[in-house]
Amino acid sequence: MSDHTHDHGDHHPPHPMQPDLEDTPLTYHQSMTLAVVELLIEKNVISADEVRAMHEVIDATSPALGAKLVARAWSDAEFKKRLLKSVNDAAAEFGVDAGPVPIRAMENTTGVHNVIVCTLCSCYPKYLLGLPPDWYKSRAYRSRVVREPRAVLAEFGTQLPGDVDLVVHDSTADFRYMVLPLRPAGTDGLGEEELAAIVTRDCMIGVTCPKAPGSE
Amino acid sequence: MSQPQFQTSERVRVRQWEPPGHIRTPSFIRGHTGIVQQIAGQFRNPEELAYGRKDARLLTLYRVAFAHDDLWPESPPGEQHAVIVDIYENWLEPAERKS
Amino acid sequence: MANQRRPHDMGGAEAGPVEQTEHAPESWEKTVDTILRLVSDKKRRIMTVDELRRGIEDLGPGAYDELNYYERWIASITSNLIAKGVITVEELGAKMEEVEKSWAEKA
Repeated sequence: MSDHTHDHGDHHPPHPMQPDLEDTPLTYHQSMTLAVVELLIEKNVISADEVRAMHEVIDATSPALGAKLVARAWSDAEFKKRLLKSVNDAAAEFGVDAGPVPIRAMENTTGVHNVIVCTLCSCYPKYLLGLPPDWYKSRAYRSRVVREPRAVLAEFGTQLPGDVDLVVHDSTADFRYMVLPLRPAGTDGLGEEELAAIVTRDCMIGVTCPKAPGSE
Repeated sequence: MSQPQFQTSERVRVRQWEPPGHIRTPSFIRGHTGIVQQIAGQFRNPEELAYGRKDARLLTLYRVAFAHDDLWPESPPGEQHAVIVDIYENWLEPAERKS
Repeated sequence: MANQRRPHDMGGAEAGPVEQTEHAPESWEKTVDTILRLVSDKKRRIMTVDELRRGIEDLGPGAYDELNYYERWIASITSNLIAKGVITVEELGAKMEEVEKSWAEKA
């Protein structure tokens, strides 16, 4: 791949929908994708501007948005209540549109740890956290995490105490789920930005737990 | 809007059947008994939406919790956990009824 | 009763370790996601995510292993758009030839 591929500052491809693969042959499905999007634009079903704008939305969506909500919930009990009621409404307080699908947060406590999966496809709160990682969509994760979550978590380096109840949420329907992780010990003096920095995507899926800075 | 047929904390069984086509009830819970955690609202039936039926009927959606030991009794001890799955009412029956 | 488990319905199945791979989404993958978000939005309601899933499941048992995630998506989206008369097979075939030709010329 060419070294300028990810430099969006001074390099604008002639067409907004082109893959960043200018020096590789187009695959069959990439060709189909470009053909479909161009046909939809020609037929005025969608506009090129809408396509560009949606790419920007996708690029702007990342686990950092979820981390902000978690850090606020750790710092503000009233906000936490609202987050647990509706992630979408809580995100709106930050001016963030968490998308058309309702998202619910599952709260980890000292006695309960939650993990999220979609065994039938790969449902994920992507309008808030961005596109899911490949492993979340993999056969191995989707097959095993409902049956042996402790073994799967161990592969992510997460060992839960034996007396913690583990709950696996399978997103089969009209809700998407994220985990509200447990605030780790040793973070009392931290502000929201510092707290948000320790909340990773994997913590919000539930395969890892946040760690206080310097506690690795 | 129809009244929910099941209540929170009620024991329910997932129907054990295999109709062809698009289904949002995973195989691993079919025929198993769980406990209603929450009545999650009413949504259009995905089994109809999947075939382009915009008038798909509204169904009550439940969050149902299953115990690992019930789902996989043959598993060695060590994995004690619950799995919560979102299930539409047409896939549930009272736990007492024989399937 | 025999369990007619379909290939996408994998909860509880035997599988190996979770390979913790990931990659930054490529532009064409974001385009596939974009197409679905737009054609399923409130303004258009051309297809639903349920129809996307049905189309993926109907790709057949090999699709999960032979096609990657967004390849399955665009295959299903395209098939749905054709079934609904939004695009035709003929238009798609001609446009794909055009896209491939202009790609080859730039290379």
